Formats: sequence, structure tokens, C-alpha cells
Amino acid sequence: MAEVRLEQAEKRFGDVTAVTGIDLTIHDGEFVVLLGPTGAGKTTTLRLVAGLEMPDHGRVSIGGRDATPLSPMERNVAFVFQQYSLYPHLSVYDNLAFPLRSPTRRVDEATIRHAVERVAKLLRIEQKLQNRATRLSGGEMQRVAIGRALVRSPSIFLMDEPLSSLDAKLRAELRLELKHIQQDLGATVLYVSHDQTEAMTMANRIGVLDHGRLVQIGSPREIYESPRNIYVATRLGMPSINLLPLSAFPSHPAPTGTRTIGARTEHVAIARGNGGAHARVEWVEHLGDQNHLHLAIGEHKLVTLVDPDLDLSVGDAVDIALQQPLYFDADGERIGG
Amino acid sequence: MSGASTAHSVVEPSAATKRIAAFLVILYAVITMVPLAWIFATAWKTPPDSIAYPPKVVFDPSLEGYCNLFTTRSRQTQDYIAELGPPQGTCDTVTRQREMVIVGPSNYVPRFINSLIIAFGSTFLAVSLGVFAAYAFSRFKIPLKDDLLFFILSTRMMPPIAVAIPIYLMYREVGLSDSALGMILLYTAVNVSLAVWLLKGFIDEIPREYEEAAMIDGYTRLQAFFKVVLPQAATGIAATSIFSLIFAWNEYAFAVLLTSGTAQTAPPFIPTIIGEGGMDWPAVGAGTTLFLIPVVVFTVLLRKHLLRGITFGAVRK
Ligand SMILES: Nc1ncnc2c1ncn2[C@@H]1O[C@H](COP(=O)(O)OP(=O)(O)OP(=O)(O)O)[C@@H](O)[C@H]1O
Ligand SMILES: [Mg+2]
Repeated sequence: MAEVRLEQAEKRFGDVTAVTGIDLTIHDGEFVVLLGPTGAGKTTTLRLVAGLEMPDHGRVSIGGRDATPLSPMERNVAFVFQQYSLYPHLSVYDNLAFPLRSPTRRVDEATIRHAVERVAKLLRIEQKLQNRATRLSGGEMQRVAIGRALVRSPSIFLMDEPLSSLDAKLRAELRLELKHIQQDLGATVLYVSHDQTEAMTMANRIGVLDHGRLVQIGSPREIYESPRNIYVATRLGMPSINLLPLSAFPSHPAPTGTRTIGARTEHVAIARGNGGAHARVEWVEHLGDQNHLHLAIGEHKLVTLVDPDLDLSVGDAVDIALQQPLYFDADGERIGG
Repeated sequence: MSGASTAHSVVEPSAATKRIAAFLVILYAVITMVPLAWIFATAWKTPPDSIAYPPKVVFDPSLEGYCNLFTTRSRQTQDYIAELGPPQGTCDTVTRQREMVIVGPSNYVPRFINSLIIAFGSTFLAVSLGVFAAYAFSRFKIPLKDDLLFFILSTRMMPPIAVAIPIYLMYREVGLSDSALGMILLYTAVNVSLAVWLLKGFIDEIPREYEEAAMIDGYTRLQAFFKVVLPQAATGIAATSIFSLIFAWNEYAFAVLLTSGTAQTAPPFIPTIIGEGGMDWPAVGAGTTLFLIPVVVFTVLLRKHLLRGITFGAVRK
């Protein structure tokens, strides 16, 4: 395992700037998750680290060594691709053994067998070892793809939404499993996800990408509690942060320059309406342990979580009190951050 | 238009459509099979039967055609033949009935072997070169790529006969005329354009992620090419090999002009089989029948790939 560093990395495809000015250090043994909407440059960032793309500017270093001129083979990274990850003409066993059979590694077959079986057991695909790679369900394929990365000890694991095609249960299990494996191995991981639960639970740090730029990087708490701007704030939180103009809360004391208030569930205190009520219940979604409460404040909407015990129904008037919400200026930057 | 709405599903043709399609296919098959059947039958006729008028559909089968194909014979007097010992095998008997004796083997076998060497050799070369070129065209940024590809294709647009004379003169200068190497190079040059175009289509269909995964797994691009790309291009390689082989195997125009002796292939040889008093049609029929075998065997061996292959890679997910 090694420290991996991107310095001012930029990659363009014709007119499209896929990523630009990326400064990112993934410390040895660290788990960094990249978050961002589609097209933000997440895959491109991984490919730059892997050496599948050459940066137009900037450097990539692995373990303190400049890796920019090195081929993918020489970088010793493992990559779990977003799609098309398995060699369709090989069995599951041969897929898992493939990296170890590389001419540069020269591992004997007994060791390979041992490694493959260990990984297969870990990912619960022992029964499938003799299957053709094409004769697998989507989830099994993805586990084999992860397994192919785990059979060797690369300098960094690059994972591009490896759990995206799994069902919720398996996803939750493998999320835990992957995190344990990473901790046991002390592995360095750069992981792309759309799923904020994955990001929150697995990451040591989360990097948020927007249009090819790394907008903010920090611990999950930092990203959640102190987002740099509106864009970052909307990446995390279920239900997602409510963005309301200051005018919706005329009596709320906000710092000067505030244009928008960002209110997460924990920033919103709900009380059954008395005289000063200015919100109305529009809809209640029952999630079991909690309820989603949809409120209307004038023409603005607000969604928050409430205790099912709070017996509210459609049409009720409620009072809203904001408790230390986030304030954003006219450019969407957070004030007091 | 609303009245014409159909009851059956859009994907499944109706029974009537299927019957018409089957009828047309069978009709076409029969039309194309008749000449072949005629050739097979002719091979088993005697020379007089083969030119009988009206044509004989029912006849006594004879081995004379096959015997004549593989031998050269000379006419002898009955007295001379009577003095010979008992005939050695069927062909000897058949030949003596025509008051002839076998004097040696014909050139059919060496010509057939020439055909095998030249056709398979050029197919191997064309497909090998083609698969590398196609890979490069498919995967790398190449300046003037489209123009180069068009140029490669354009070499097929000219009728062979238009370049036959210059090639003949060129080959004579460099000593390649009537040589197997010359024919292999020529057929390779013709087939490589087909191979590049066909194989590029197939390789374009193979996602790059496979090679990229292999390169990350510790293989060089070349190793990844052999380990990952080639196995997945098997369909295309099989289809291209068959097309190339069929061309090289059947090619007549260049062969007749550029080969005459040691390197002559079977196609220009077969029409030169002349018996007494004109073409020896049963021998020609026999030579043609045997000539079909290698391509048929090769195609049957690769049939599984070919059936997928002729959809030009469209079947991949
Ligand atoms: N090979 C390529 N050629 C041209 N443009 C590309 C190429 N690869 C990526 N791009 C462009 O670069 C930008 C970033 O793409 P990238 O694949 O990194 O996004 P992503 O964040 O991984 O998105 P997703 O979540 O959909 O996977 C996109 O605008 C994309 O269209
Ligand atoms: Mg991506």
C-alpha cells in the first residue's frame, strides 16, 4: 500500500474538460470516496491514477515516486470498473487468477489456488468458481470483479461504483465487508460512489467533484456539517437539505449577506401550530420508524423527518423554528464556514 | 391503414409469411444445388455418357472419371495390352477397356497441394496482418485514419484483371512468377483489405475495458491483446478466415495468368484436363468435386463461429 497523490491534474477530451486542477492526496491506508453527479469526472480521476489516461497537465505520484510516465502495468494498481469488468471467455476461477498469472508476477499455481479460494470465500462466490464469467448474475459479476482486485496487493485500490448493481441487502453486507477488508489490509482506496450511505460509512475522507473540479475534501462530518457551498451541501443528507430564501423566515436572525438558508432535518424544530404558525402540512410519508413531513411555507416547500409520535396530518398548521441552519450568500458560498 | 392491423405479434412472422420464406429459400437452394449435383453426377459417368444427348439422368456409375483425373494414359494396341499381366486394381481395368494403359500420375495432386499451400498460407497471413491492423485502427489515434481505411478498401475496387498485367510484369522482373510465394503474397494483399475491414468491425465491438483491465492486472498491451482481445475476436477471425480462404481457393484470373507450372493451383489446372476428342468431363467433374472438399470442411469446422460471425458482430451485448 502506498500514498497516492494527484497534483494539478487536468484531463481534456477534445473540447470537454473532464477534470481540472485536481489536487488530491490519498494517504497510505486511507479510504477516500469521490462523490459527484454523472459526468463530474469521477471515473476520469480514477483512470488518471491508474495510468489509463495521461494527464494533459499535472502529475500523479504513487508511493512518493512520480508515476506520470508509467504504464498501468508498472503502477501496480487494482481497478474495479464501473462495467464490463470480467473477461467473458474465462471462468470465474481464471478471472480471479488472471492478475496473478501475469508474466510480471510469476506466482506458482498452488499459491494462486490458495489466493483465489480465499477471496472467493470472502466474497461468497466459492460455488461459482467453475462458472463461465458470463453465466453470473449482475451482483455475482461485480463480486468477482472486486475479487480480482483483492487477490493481489496493489499500491492502491481504485473502485468505480463497485456495489452499484447489487441489491440493497447484499450492498449493505458488502459495504461492511469491504470496509473490514480495507482496515485489515491497511489498504489505500479511492472509491467512487453515488450512494451517500456508502460515502458516509466507508470514507475516511470524502471528495466532492463538480464539473471536473474538486470542490471540497474532508471527513464525512466536515462535508456534512460544514459544506463549502450549496452544491456540496446537497450531496449529503436524507432527505436532502432544504434550500429556502431568507424571505421565507423573516423573523430569523441571519448573518448579513445571507441569500439562502440551508436547513437539514436537525436544523428544523417542529411544533404544533399556535398563533404564529406559518407552515402547513402538505403530505406525510410513513417510512416505518420515521415520517417524512412535507411542509409548505408560503410558496416554498420543506421536507423534514419527524417522529411518528408527533401526530400530524395533512392541513395542520405548524410552527417552524430554525436551529443553527447553514447560511449561503448570493454565489451559493457558505457564510461563516 | 387501420384496417390492415395485424393480429400476430410484431416479432413473430405469421405462418403464411414463414411458409413463403421457406419456399423461397428452398427454391433458391435447389437452383444453386442443381449445377453442383450435375457436376457430382458427371464425375461418375463414362466420357460417352457425359456428353450423351439427351443428357442422361440415370446411368451406370463408373470410376473412369476419378481414374482419369489422377492418371495420365496412352493408347496401345489390343495385342500390347493382351501381353501385359493381369490389371493392377480398378483403374487399370477401366483404362484397359478403353485400349489404354496408365503411364503415370497426373498433375492433379501437386496442383491441389499448391492450392492448399497458397490458399491457407495467404489466409493465415491476411488474417494475422489484418487482425493487428484492425486492432490498431480500432484502438489508436492514427493520423488520416479514415483516409487510410478508405485507401485499404479501395484496393478491392479495381477488377483484378486490371492489375494482372502490371503484376505479371513485376513478378517476372523480381522472379516471383509461377512461385507459391508470389501467389501467397498476391492473395494476402488482396485479402488483407477485407480482413482489416471485417475485423475492425468485430474489434470495435469489444469493449476497451477488457484490455484496460488486463493492463492493470499486470499485462502489457501486446499480452493483453493475445490474452483478451484475440479470444473475443474469435468469431470475427473465423468469419474472416472463411471469406479469405474462399477467395484464395477459388481465385482463377490471377492464377491462370501468373502460374503455369510448378506453382499452378487447381482452378486453372482443372479446365486443362483434356481427354481424347475434347474435354474429359467426368475427370473435370471429379476434380471439381474433390476441389470443393477443403472449403466445405473448413467452413463446417468453423460453422459455429461463422453463424454468429456473419451478423458482423451485432450479436455482442
Ligand atoms: N474517452 C472519452 N472521450 C470523450 N469524453 C470523455 C471520455 N471519457 C470521459 N469523457 C467526458 O468527461 C467527463 C467526465 O466523465 P467521467 O466518466 O469521468 O464522469 P463520471 O463522474 O465518472 O460520471 P458517471 O457517474 O456517469 O460515471 C464527461 O463529460 C464525459 O463525457
Ligand atoms: Mg463514471
